[in-house]
Amino acid sequence: MITAEQKPLAELKTLIGDANKVLVVGCGTCVTVCFAGGSREAAIVAASLRMASKLDGNGKQVTDVTVQRQCEWEYLDQIAEEVQQADIVLSLGCGIGVQAIAEHFPKTWVVPGLNTTFLGLPSEQGVWVERCAACGDCILGLTGGICPIARCSKSLLNGPCGGSEDGHCEINPEIDCAWQLIYDRMSSMGKLHLLYEIQPPKNWRTSRDGGPRKIVRKDLRLAPEEE
Amino acid sequence: MTSLAIPEEHRTNGYLSGSNLERVLRAGHFAVTGELGPPQSADANLIRKKATLLRGYVDAVNITDNQTAIVRMSSIGAGALVIQEGLEPVIQMTCRDRNRLAIQSDLLGAYALGARNLLCLTGDHQTFGNHPDAKNVFDMDSIQLVKMVTEMRDMHTFQSGEAFKGPEPRFFIGAAAAPFADPVDFRPYRLAKKVKAGANFIQTQLVYDIPAFARFMEKVLELGLHRQTYILAGVGPLKSPGMARYMKKSVPGILVPDELIEQMEAAGAPWAGKSKDELTKEDKKARSEAWQAEGIKVCIQLIQKLRKIEGVAGVHIMAIEWEEAVKPIVEGTGLYPRPVVETSPVPTAQEA
Repeated sequence: MITAEQKPLAELKTLIGDANKVLVVGCGTCVTVCFAGGSREAAIVAASLRMASKLDGNGKQVTDVTVQRQCEWEYLDQIAEEVQQADIVLSLGCGIGVQAIAEHFPKTWVVPGLNTTFLGLPSEQGVWVERCAACGDCILGLTGGICPIARCSKSLLNGPCGGSEDGHCEINPEIDCAWQLIYDRMSSMGKLHLLYEIQPPKNWRTSRDGGPRKIVRKDLRLAPEEE
Repeated sequence: MTSLAIPEEHRTNGYLSGSNLERVLRAGHFAVTGELGPPQSADANLIRKKATLLRGYVDAVNITDNQTAIVRMSSIGAGALVIQEGLEPVIQMTCRDRNRLAIQSDLLGAYALGARNLLCLTGDHQTFGNHPDAKNVFDMDSIQLVKMVTEMRDMHTFQSGEAFKGPEPRFFIGAAAAPFADPVDFRPYRLAKKVKAGANFIQTQLVYDIPAFARFMEKVLELGLHRQTYILAGVGPLKSPGMARYMKKSVPGILVPDELIEQMEAAGAPWAGKSKDELTKEDKKARSEAWQAEGIKVCIQLIQKLRKIEGVAGVHIMAIEWEEAVKPIVEGTGLYPRPVVETSPVPTAQEA
């Protein structure tokens, strides 16, 4: 899932500026699961902003609403009225949600309430870790299901650098060395020979380096474009 | 000394690059390389001064490429200055700061300026350096880099597969090895990948633990890697017991035996047990000199032990910001004067 963290209240206040009618929009999908921007968080952020406004004596009207998914037009249609009445929308969706609101409501000023961090999973209660870099050309079949693009600090493809120590990455003892994990897993699965092959330089065109990406599925399109 | 078999079409008058380092190694001499760290400024004179300290004592000198991710004069720029001073550079190239376009373009320039040796590295992560907010590149890794420059030389093609439109850069290509880094069992195999990619010579991380290095070399010999590449063991003079303890504790992939730390401490024994305030400036200077003398002695002892390990073709002396130490170390090991190899290479087993 997409993970995110809330921006600090001071930054939210700056982003809102002198707008009076503030609509905080939560999202019911990824950011709900990572406790950053669901209906509960949207209500708390709205209450915090009301309290701050009271202390600052500027009488802002802050309300909140949460949609199932900010990244789908049909869910955004459901809040069209609230959005149109607001001076500003504070989106607690990921970066996709913020942009979807901007695109769907061209006359509405929208600002982000979260910092979208990575594609990952909760490794334990209260801890989220990065797992995928969305490079567009999955190599997990070569590395025992552990991604060195996302999890090695240098995205190495041919094994660990000299900075692997006691299972940790030298840049941060809190971070596992992805290549130690890959080595251990390949070793336990009897597949170490796969690591002896030289992996060629990656084709980064399928990644962000090839420019913004787009998927077109002709089989799913309702009205295929005329050739 | 083993001679390496080199395909006919890959030769420059019988050599891959014809660099001094390659000639010394192919003639079967025990090679000595050094290290020169460029300044954090545009000071050409400093490079010339350091080159003067090393000239005649090493067969070639590595010029680091923004080591520990601290911005310094470029390896290629400093390397060109070193050439003017009559010393042969080993250009270091990391994958941290450049993509495949920039690496190839810079290497064409380096070759045109006279550089003939290249060390291919992945590069220290930028979070260690003085620009931790920078975006890193890592378009390639060190093994892919070795393969790319080998193909530039031997296949006359860019990484894209496109052919050169003129002379290709012909480097004597090196790579690094970290014998003691985790996972230790994988290290000889990672070295094998570098050799397979085309590495002509290898410079290792600092060696202080001789038995541990000997164990690594046993595996290297078993894999036959010493017959396909020249392995230069990394050594470095210790400046103080504190430096030894720091490396043991804080630098991944460096093993420092307690006996060595004790040997360094013993050198400072006359000043032991005194607090910082009790030591005069002269005391501190004398203690520092005693430690440094011992550090050089330890380094000489290490080189003498390394020379006896089968498959070790030379040493790479990393006297970082202490270039003055190289002269007494090389002299102390009987490796001075350095050989001059003017002739064609010794025929390989296949040629003979």
